[in-house]
Amino acid sequence: MKKIVLALALFSAVSAYGQDDLMSMLDTKQESKEVTSTFKASRLVSGQTVRTLDKNTLDFVINHRFGAINSGVEEFWGLDDAQIRLGLEYGVTDDLMVGIGRSSYEKTVDGYLKYKILSQQTSGVPVTVTGFASMAIKTDKDAFADPDYDYSFSQKTSYAYQLLVARKFNSKLSLQLMPTLIHRNLVVTANDSNDVVALGVGGRYKFTPRVSFNVEYYPQFNNTDDYTDALSLGVDIETGGHVFQLHVSNSRAMIEKGFVAETTGEWGEGDLFFGFNISRSFALGKKKKDW
Amino acid sequence: MRAVLLVFLLLGAFVADAQKYKSVSSKVHFFSEAPMENIEAVNSQSQSVFDAESGQIVFSIPVDQFQFDKKLMQEHFNENYMETEDYPTATFKAQLQDWKGLSSSQTATAKGGLDVHGITQNREIEGKISKTNDKVMVDAKFVIELKDHKIKIPKAVFYNIAEKIEVTVHFEYEPIK
Repeated sequence: MKKIVLALALFSAVSAYGQDDLMSMLDTKQESKEVTSTFKASRLVSGQTVRTLDKNTLDFVINHRFGAINSGVEEFWGLDDAQIRLGLEYGVTDDLMVGIGRSSYEKTVDGYLKYKILSQQTSGVPVTVTGFASMAIKTDKDAFADPDYDYSFSQKTSYAYQLLVARKFNSKLSLQLMPTLIHRNLVVTANDSNDVVALGVGGRYKFTPRVSFNVEYYPQFNNTDDYTDALSLGVDIETGGHVFQLHVSNSRAMIEKGFVAETTGEWGEGDLFFGFNISRSFALGKKKKDW
Repeated sequence: MRAVLLVFLLLGAFVADAQKYKSVSSKVHFFSEAPMENIEAVNSQSQSVFDAESGQIVFSIPVDQFQFDKKLMQEHFNENYMETEDYPTATFKAQLQDWKGLSSSQTATAKGGLDVHGITQNREIEGKISKTNDKVMVDAKFVIELKDHKIKIPKAVFYNIAEKIEVTVHFEYEPIK
């Protein structure tokens, strides 16, 4: 009896081995694949991520920044006062996207192009690289040195250029470098530099599949002491179609020129602004079904 | 001694040149009816090997290769539901019950472990096996309950995924030479 049991045990062992044996006959050669979902949204906090929209996707983006938290009870700690930017983004191809927006900060209209130059692969290419170029026109007369003067179009214009380099280290951690050049055709005072160079660093850590913690920091190389470096902490909450981004920052602007080069708040002084971004994606275009 | 002989005999049965078949094309399709919009995707990168002698059959499905109509949905499927970076493949290793060898057309029940999202469930899945000339085809339709495989459905999503998804598989095989 014992022997029969033994035989049966061996038999079942062989049987199990047989299936694994079959498993080993499958082709396991893994082709290199594109690494996706490095970031959940096209913005880390205020600045861009390497992410571009998929082709024919339209994103409606609402950015909101409240007043300074240290403004006290009369201002309801900043909640009485708000700046807003409304934007539309559209994926022309999977790699090229265009966007426009209007901020209440200096009544600015901005437009930009974002192009994914390189995609991180599971083997081979270690990073995703995206180029970003934007143009912004401030239309608020009070944002200029002399509100009564009729400034020319080019004097109202500023530019931002970024090379975004990101690596998704694992499903939770992604880090990004953002070398940035801001050019303003006209600056407020003679001391201000027309060009500001910064090397942004940032990243995200995903706590759950849908929630991540984000950091974004833009140290500048050549700005005057009147301005501080923007440091922002945020949380992304993704609900399928929507991404909610809540954050605290010493910067209040929602375009690159503003938060990279014209931040005045200091973390140590409590000049902090609570804000949020909401984006809603719409898939446009004909559905293709090839099965 | 007799037992040992028996074991060798049994082993011999497996070693003997059992005809094995390997998939040359495959289609794994899933469908889930949801209030906002139906969710469906198809995968043509799956593989299978079938031992016609012993009735053993194995499947391997690269979960991140499901193609959706909407890319964003595909991303959410991979990132939020299936966590494909941690659980890249789904497998089914099964033994066909009461297997008596291939015939031109037959139904069979495959009993074995279905591993989806890192959780293995013992399942009995009924399917159709047909043979024309050298080609073998396997067709099956079954239901996966998300909770069986610890696939979480958040409460605040805008396209709710149904708790059950219907999976249709079609595999075509050729003999391994």
